[in-house]
Amino acid sequence: MRFSALRLLTEGLTGNRGWGPHWRDPAPKSEYDIVIIGGGGHGLSTAYYLAKEHGLRNVAVLEKGYLGGGNVGRNTTIVRANYFLPGNSEFYSHSLKLWEGLEDELNYNVMHSQRGLINLFHSDGQRDAFARRGNAMINQGDDAVLLDRAGVRKHLPYLDFDNTRFPIYGGLLHPRGGTARHDAVAWGYARGADRRGVDLIQNCEVTGIDISGGRVTGVQTTRGAIRAKKVGIVVAGRSGQVAAMAGMRLPVESHVLQAFVTEGLKPCIDHVVSFGMGHFYISQSDKGGLVFGGDLDFYASYAARGNLPMKEHVMEAAMTLMPMIGKARVLRSWGGIMDMTPDGSPIIDKTGIDGLYIDCGWCYGGFKAVPGSGFSFAHLIAQDRHHAPAAKFRLDRFRTGVGLMDEEGTGAQHNLH
Amino acid sequence: MRLPCPICGERDLREFSYLGDAVRLHRPAPDAGTDAWDAYLHLRDNPAGRTRDLWQHEAGCGAWIVVTRDTVSHAVEGAQLAAEMRDAD
Amino acid sequence: MRINGRGRVDRGRALSFTFDGRRYSGFAGDTLASALVANDVKLLGRSFKYHRPRGLLTAGSEEPNALVTLGAGAASEPNARATMVELRDGLQVRSQNRWPSLDWDLLALNDLAAPFLGAGFYYKTFMWPRAFWEKLYEPAIRRAAGLGALSGKSNPDRYEKAFAFCDLLVIGGGPTGMMAAHRAAEAGLDVILCDEGTVLGGRLLSEDETVDGQPGADWAAAMQRDLAAHPKVRVMTRTTVTGAYDQGTFGALERIVPDAEGAPLECFWRIVAKRSILAAGALERPVAFAGNDRPGILLAGAMRAYLHRWGVVPGRRVAVFGNTDDAHRTARDLAAAGVHVAAVIDSRTDAKVQGDFPVYTGAQVCRGAGGRDGVEAIRIRTPRGEESIAVDALAVSGGWNPSLHLACHMNGRPDWREDIAAFVPRDGMVPGMTAAGACAGAFSTHGCLSAGAAAAALVARDLGRTPSDAALPEAEDAPYRIKALWAVPGRGRAWLDFQNDVTVKDVVQAAQENFRSVEHMKRYTTQGMAPDQGKSSNVAALAVLADATGRGIPETGTTTFRPPFVPVSIAAMGAGAQGMGFAPRRRTTSDAAARARGAPMIEAGLWYRASYFPQAGEATWRQSCDREVGMVRNHVGICDVSTLGKIDLQGPDAADFLDLVYTNRMSTLKPGRVRYGLMLREDGHVMDDGTCARLGEGHFVITTTTAAAGAVMKHLEFVHQCLVPHLDLAMISVTESWAQFAVAGPKSRDLLNGLLETPVDDASFPFMACGPVRLGGVAARLFRISFSGEHAYEIAVPARYGASLFDLLVARAEAMGGGAYGMEALNVLRLEKGHITHAEIHGRTTAFDIGMDRMVSAAKECIGKTMAARPGLVGPEREQLVGLAPQDGRSALLPGAFLFAPDDKAERAAAQGYVTSAGYSPTLGAPLALGFLRDGRARQGEVVKMVDHLRGAEVLCTVTDSVRVDPEGGRLRG
Ligand SMILES: Cc1cc2nc3c(=O)[nH]c(=O)nc-3n(C[C@H](O)[C@H](O)[C@H](O)COP(=O)(O)OP(=O)(O)OC[C@H]3O[C@@H](n4cnc5c(N)ncnc54)[C@H](O)[C@@H]3O)c2cc1C
Ligand SMILES: [Zn+2]
Repeated sequence: MRFSALRLLTEGLTGNRGWGPHWRDPAPKSEYDIVIIGGGGHGLSTAYYLAKEHGLRNVAVLEKGYLGGGNVGRNTTIVRANYFLPGNSEFYSHSLKLWEGLEDELNYNVMHSQRGLINLFHSDGQRDAFARRGNAMINQGDDAVLLDRAGVRKHLPYLDFDNTRFPIYGGLLHPRGGTARHDAVAWGYARGADRRGVDLIQNCEVTGIDISGGRVTGVQTTRGAIRAKKVGIVVAGRSGQVAAMAGMRLPVESHVLQAFVTEGLKPCIDHVVSFGMGHFYISQSDKGGLVFGGDLDFYASYAARGNLPMKEHVMEAAMTLMPMIGKARVLRSWGGIMDMTPDGSPIIDKTGIDGLYIDCGWCYGGFKAVPGSGFSFAHLIAQDRHHAPAAKFRLDRFRTGVGLMDEEGTGAQHNLH
Repeated sequence: MRLPCPICGERDLREFSYLGDAVRLHRPAPDAGTDAWDAYLHLRDNPAGRTRDLWQHEAGCGAWIVVTRDTVSHAVEGAQLAAEMRDAD
Repeated sequence: MRINGRGRVDRGRALSFTFDGRRYSGFAGDTLASALVANDVKLLGRSFKYHRPRGLLTAGSEEPNALVTLGAGAASEPNARATMVELRDGLQVRSQNRWPSLDWDLLALNDLAAPFLGAGFYYKTFMWPRAFWEKLYEPAIRRAAGLGALSGKSNPDRYEKAFAFCDLLVIGGGPTGMMAAHRAAEAGLDVILCDEGTVLGGRLLSEDETVDGQPGADWAAAMQRDLAAHPKVRVMTRTTVTGAYDQGTFGALERIVPDAEGAPLECFWRIVAKRSILAAGALERPVAFAGNDRPGILLAGAMRAYLHRWGVVPGRRVAVFGNTDDAHRTARDLAAAGVHVAAVIDSRTDAKVQGDFPVYTGAQVCRGAGGRDGVEAIRIRTPRGEESIAVDALAVSGGWNPSLHLACHMNGRPDWREDIAAFVPRDGMVPGMTAAGACAGAFSTHGCLSAGAAAAALVARDLGRTPSDAALPEAEDAPYRIKALWAVPGRGRAWLDFQNDVTVKDVVQAAQENFRSVEHMKRYTTQGMAPDQGKSSNVAALAVLADATGRGIPETGTTTFRPPFVPVSIAAMGAGAQGMGFAPRRRTTSDAAARARGAPMIEAGLWYRASYFPQAGEATWRQSCDREVGMVRNHVGICDVSTLGKIDLQGPDAADFLDLVYTNRMSTLKPGRVRYGLMLREDGHVMDDGTCARLGEGHFVITTTTAAAGAVMKHLEFVHQCLVPHLDLAMISVTESWAQFAVAGPKSRDLLNGLLETPVDDASFPFMACGPVRLGGVAARLFRISFSGEHAYEIAVPARYGASLFDLLVARAEAMGGGAYGMEALNVLRLEKGHITHAEIHGRTTAFDIGMDRMVSAAKECIGKTMAARPGLVGPEREQLVGLAPQDGRSALLPGAFLFAPDDKAERAAAQGYVTSAGYSPTLGAPLALGFLRDGRARQGEVVKMVDHLRGAEVLCTVTDSVRVDPEGGRLRG
């Protein structure tokens, strides 16, 4: 069933009885060509592109809970292509291009809103670093504008320009940056994959990976064994556990990242604003809630919840940057489990086991990567060779030191990001 | 979250900083080879459950400690001074 | 309508307030809600999506409808719950989410379009044409959505944060909590008792019942006095516990008594408790039926609260609809207060109801009819058919949900109890927490008192105390008897989530579209995602979903409650940070002197440093900077360098330790000598650079960059304690203990010798010497080191002498043709010398990249050495540090610009490097820069193109050595 305004009209007039399931709930078959472990954003988009771009339809996505119940439905929805290191640059650029056609592609309104993202800077040194970033973005064919203090004031008049601990020197504006509705992205890909014949299997936890003679042969699940010629692991925060089922140790630590939303408010913040100095970023959802977050809680964790010190730090950053939001009330806070790599950049690669592939390490930035990652991972699984924009996301880069992508410059080793 | 510093007693999370898996106590010899170094610096068990990790009581006595805790429930079993654990090894 | 002789407001103190410009009056002790009820104001707000007229539903913090804006101007506060606002004289209140007025709201048209705006409609449309989303659809949706508005001005109010510690935290001051707190304190525990209300008592304040032979509210007041006087108890009223965190840490928000002189508005508490008792009571839930959202339809318990606490009733002809015996109390109490009870409708066929009013058992209200001003009639369905009853208010009860939210904050899932048709907390959901009383499913006052006492006894024993076994006060113990009723079938929209406008149909449609998981249903319909987090609606929505999917409630499961329990202002949790409070301000000892000289102070991490020292006649910073550079190159300059990290290391093994953390050897350094040192991170990249001075055999002082001081200290402690604890040394940061000044320039020695008790010369103090000196009777340290490339020293004195030494040094320098210089000149001086800063060692560069690979000693081990040898971190593919000079000798170079071959297009694939630092060199009379260029060291003399898209610059540059002034270092040594 195609979604459209007309369809909404006819359904509305006939009591909304005609809406069918967005996806089926099939029972798992005993064998698939390809099994994707993990029904988050990346798993669903991978399945979608396997079917759409490569005509592979005998595919199952196995999700231990409900589709989109992981990070894809917990993030702060920022979509941007403002990376500056080779590898990241081309990948996120490609991903953003996919975003720009996503509603059409999926026939689902994912509310991709290119409202513009502004990264603030607070010293000459930070300006220089952002200038490098902006120039790299333009080198890549994306967009960036360097704003001085007056330029920032024009866009964000509500910031404290006069009495703040870290005065605002300017900002890097990424006009094509913005937000999207996170759940809709998962659901849109799920529906698209389902309509192309992919089996989406919920409440199906993978508990083992079967390997014989160095080749993957299938998986064990809470709903029985499933044979497969190829298996893709796309489980974000759970990457360590699932890889361990195949005897692998990954360069990944799982950490909790918190996020916050306020009660609904009339429009007051029209951009995505990022205050790196205070580890704080914010945007306003279409419903009116201010959606914001900060840094990791900074301890390994699998609990989708955090503690007070980081919550308070985030609110403190908000108060120094934009004291007009003081009377907004936080309505809900939550956490997600982030698969942190040493250099803060992701992995899309083959493993040492034939037919077993892995896509992980998205850290706190994998929502914007959902289209690009699915596209590139599907390419890798289908064709057994890297898709060019994601070719640098190698699993062995830490071992070899080749192509490390440490955007923050804090170190290509754990717990420095 | 509160952690038990063996020197200062139980203190709030905000006094500590984190370094991750206590594997970092066991620095390989310079010639231990790529695998050993890769395992030391990058590869992690990343357990969902009991773990031993390194923290510094940075805004306190400065001690580096190894905390035994659960990454799922955040329950804390106890902590030891890193320096003493090394000596015991 | 105010009822004479009822309520506990102070009728002697009238207060006047306005709502949407109209003036009303209430009494001290009223909430805004009760005062509006007293004035017969029913329409208080508009709903979120359909802009339906809405009135009060509850009398507590869970209120979904009556959200208003308080005050005006910068201090105005959106989304205040009228039920929680303590009335004060002169209060200005405005309704929200309506235009042009609450009575005539244009977007009420949405309600007519409701068939097209059901669950998730927006996922299915607004997709065409693509460009319309940002330009048209989204702005329109944003304007229509949202509730109240922020003023847009800086928050002018004060807030605070505090810590508190106790043995036992009791959450909720109803009968359970009061009893628990009292018993625990008697057993010797330190107790904190928090309650959201202005006084303790909980439900006792809202019911007509007796405890220990007195009216419940009087008993509570006496108990509150006892508790407040008890030395072991701290009673915190107006304090909502908002979140449960690890190891017994709780967040709590205290609202300070309004208008308290000079007090902050709110205080955010972090309470650490060994044990906690959750005594948060229960929240009543409505029943879904068509039109159940009309103003005038309230929860039955809220209706009693308005009557007993505030002496007000929201109608004159009231009907009561419920499914428990509890609901009948409302009818009895209203009738006793002289209010006309039009009917009691009980869905249970076996209900026994007594009273002087019409009773319908086995019946249901199937429609609330009326208009903007509220319900006018209800339609009821009885075993005998349907009929209408004229009413102007309806009290509804679908039963009570234990207020278990806090117990769920740590991801635990509650248990379903069929007998009370509700979820109850399970033991251990929050370690150390015991749920008791109504929030554990005991709904009678007697049950609550005994549960409170039992919980306290449990905690006391657990903490090694002997609990008291005094007799309990006598109290009502009526049975509850519920038969679950969630939604009344029928046509028309029946609301579940009032705040987010979610109806039974929406939930059913979600199930039909296969959003069958409770989390999918929640996200698709937005059920429970409004400011009340579905407090009054989640369980019913879940039941409707269970029904629609043919499952039971327990197997359908619940969604999770997340902190905070009630919304908390950002200002409260972020208290102290507004303006300058966000981070400490570190000032050098020369700060005041620099400011007095007109130097602009800039942030360097947490420090402030002088940018330049303007002089008369200088119009731009560049003029000052150029002069200061010339001053240092030709005369002498003074610069405060105290912000650099200083770490003092002592012990017999300090030298061995430094050999491990620095790439180069420090153990061969002789006492009285300084060496430049490079530190790597274990991943092989440069972490920091600085100097290492050996003051004695086992005594070193090392410096770090300003930015990395903390990180280096932590790193050194890690290496020592975790990797080489057997090495005998101790270290301490002495950054603040010493004030340190660079004295740089050809006349620096002359200047110093005018001050030192024993003058120095090249023989006693050659380049890279260090040692103790005295000046003005003060013991100081002198280092002959140079960042500027000139003959230079750094002199350090205990910080208390810093200010006077700076004045002295600058005065002497000025007399010699020099003076103070700031960060701008410092930067140019180091650029001319090719010295690196964190612009170059930005975390991704190696010793090899910056041309210092020879400093990585081959003869010894050091941190980072092994990983620095990885194949990817060496070789011609790496970008290496170079100097850059514009070919035309004039064009400015820009940090952040990229480098390309002159004929290449400025695209990613062609990029060969980038500029890290740039400036104008008055010494060379030309701009210069440092940057990284692929295989750069081998390319000196080549021409590259610098491109800065952002600033529209394209400059051809010659690749040079990174050192541009005095490459042989003659000036340093001379
Ligand atoms: C608070 C927060 C804010 C964020 N903000 C942003 C942002 O603004 N912008 C941005 O780009 N990114 C952001 N991110 C990061 C982003 O959400 C993640 O990187 C990304 O969603 C991860 O990929 P995913 O969607 O596939 O993961 P998930 O949605 O977590 O999917 C993984 C799935 O695997 C399933 N699974 C796990 N183990 C098994 C098993 N054994 N068997 C079967 N299934 C299994 C899980 O149940 C889960 O559904 C944020 C994340 C968080 C938590
Ligand atoms: Zn300590």
